[in-house]
Amino acid sequence: MDRYENNKKAVQGLVLDKSVHRDVYINEEVFKLEMEHLFPNVWIFLGHASQIKKPGDFITSKIGTQPILVSRHRDNTIHVLYNRCPHKGVKIASEPCGNTGKFFRCPYHAWSFKTDGSLLAVPLKKGYEGTGFTSAPASKGLSRVENVTIYRDFIFARLSKNGPSFEDYFGESLSTIDNMVDRAPEGALEIISSPIRYMHTCNWKMLVENQTDTCHPMVAHESSAGTAVKVWEREKNNSISKETPIAVQFYAPFMSPYEFYESTGIRIWPNGHGHTGVTGSIHQDYTDVDGYMGKMSKNYGETRAKAIINDVRHNTVYFPNIMVKGAVQILRNFIPISVDKTLVESWCFKLVGAPEKFFERSLMYNRFINAPTSIVGHDDLEMYERAQEGLKSNGNEWVNLQRLYSEDEQYDVTEIINGTSERQMRNQFNAWSKYMTLNMKDKLEVTE
Amino acid sequence: MKREEIIDFIYEEAFLLDTMQWDKWLALYDQDSRYWMPMEWDQKDPIMQQSLMYEDMLLLTIRVERLSGERTFSQKPKSRCHHILQAPKILEIDEVNKTCKTRTAFAYTETRGDILERFSGWASHDLKLVDNNIKIGLKRIDLINFDAPFSNIQLFM
Repeated sequence: MDRYENNKKAVQGLVLDKSVHRDVYINEEVFKLEMEHLFPNVWIFLGHASQIKKPGDFITSKIGTQPILVSRHRDNTIHVLYNRCPHKGVKIASEPCGNTGKFFRCPYHAWSFKTDGSLLAVPLKKGYEGTGFTSAPASKGLSRVENVTIYRDFIFARLSKNGPSFEDYFGESLSTIDNMVDRAPEGALEIISSPIRYMHTCNWKMLVENQTDTCHPMVAHESSAGTAVKVWEREKNNSISKETPIAVQFYAPFMSPYEFYESTGIRIWPNGHGHTGVTGSIHQDYTDVDGYMGKMSKNYGETRAKAIINDVRHNTVYFPNIMVKGAVQILRNFIPISVDKTLVESWCFKLVGAPEKFFERSLMYNRFINAPTSIVGHDDLEMYERAQEGLKSNGNEWVNLQRLYSEDEQYDVTEIINGTSERQMRNQFNAWSKYMTLNMKDKLEVTE
Repeated sequence: MKREEIIDFIYEEAFLLDTMQWDKWLALYDQDSRYWMPMEWDQKDPIMQQSLMYEDMLLLTIRVERLSGERTFSQKPKSRCHHILQAPKILEIDEVNKTCKTRTAFAYTETRGDILERFSGWASHDLKLVDNNIKIGLKRIDLINFDAPFSNIQLFM
């Protein structure tokens, strides 16, 4: 287990220009290093400000495998704290969300903390007199995460001292979050429902890569989307309504031919971010919702309203581990559990001021595509599981990512490319290599 | 509807699922029927609150046809399922409208390849009489751990 630890060159060697070594998906030491380096070095999504509206509200979250607590203080500021008591390490909050009142109280020995994390009281305090307690880390209260940015209510944090600024890290990719928020006539989103949770027995990166893999839907989803199209074609004559059911509107575009995905393009951004569906997407043909355009035009003016609604980006990957789908107001969080286990939490957002139909549609999309009961989900998970197993084969230690590769390819640039390119996956792995090794030491040469 | 007919019907439905007679199972539903799996405790609204499933006949038919598809790789090998039902509790019988409501505690097992998963919960049936045959108007599955992260659930509880 020491092939990669403190060995920057070995880690960098896992990512070549057109392929990656299987150890990025199946090696436990690489996973451990991702938790120690990659996740702390970059900006990780923790939650949405609408989940903690009132003072005392909190949510629990994770950065990599580290438990995090996000709380709303009495002055309305949001604080990101390590979710462990400074005394013995007990998690301060264990529910996904709640309201703690004026302070957090550790259930083990009743140490208490203000909702900004500072120490409020310790029972039987005289036992600490003369012990030098005030200079102990425990006296500082809940450890704080210093680098926090709340962008249009999306809460992000970076754990490590050294790393890119929020603005440098995300740059223009924030336009997808902007578009999702702007789709609300009142310019705000709200979380009012728990996420759909779906356990995957595969490495987290397989899920992230799949978000911009446009060569798999018509193949892997033939069983679900293909069957949906077939059954609807047969049954539609018996249907009372002439309108194509939303279900079929959701499923059918998955069967779009390669040419559709090629022409709608992929946009890549620096630091591993990118999105499918630049000039159009599988989300472009949903039935209009009555009353929406009027509300949007009223608030934004007709030209701007149209520009917002017509930007139907497909999947936007915010490296390392979330995907945002603005057109149906969904965010998927790919939470690493272990090298071969990933928890996917898929959240729906309510567009504040929009007709109810949008939230209904978002919840519906979520259960059709992102649930453990989703036939589309079944197709995908089967592929990830087979890959996780197949990669144990010694026949070939490399995963091929060279579709539409060219010799003069640049990294950390913004470009619009052919939509069937695997370049966004290469883009992600370039960022992976960069942020895995940002604060990593070179291997110490053993001297005699 | 007689009590014993209702109870036999609930057992028969589980029998059809366990023996994978999908088409006969679908025939127990009416054209406007729904199969609902809530994702909240005591959930009131299948549409404006997040559900795991809320499916009409079109969607259930798609699911059933998919199970036997040539390129349905998540069914290679095939899943099998097993229901253990507590005696159904008849909540109400409406003799005038010829409807009734039942609730049945269950333990459900779904297996595929080397994996075997167990689930527990309650199945609620809204039944009605159509041309003298009992049909399912709504089947609702409330799992005890509706909020837990499951892996694939490919068959029907």
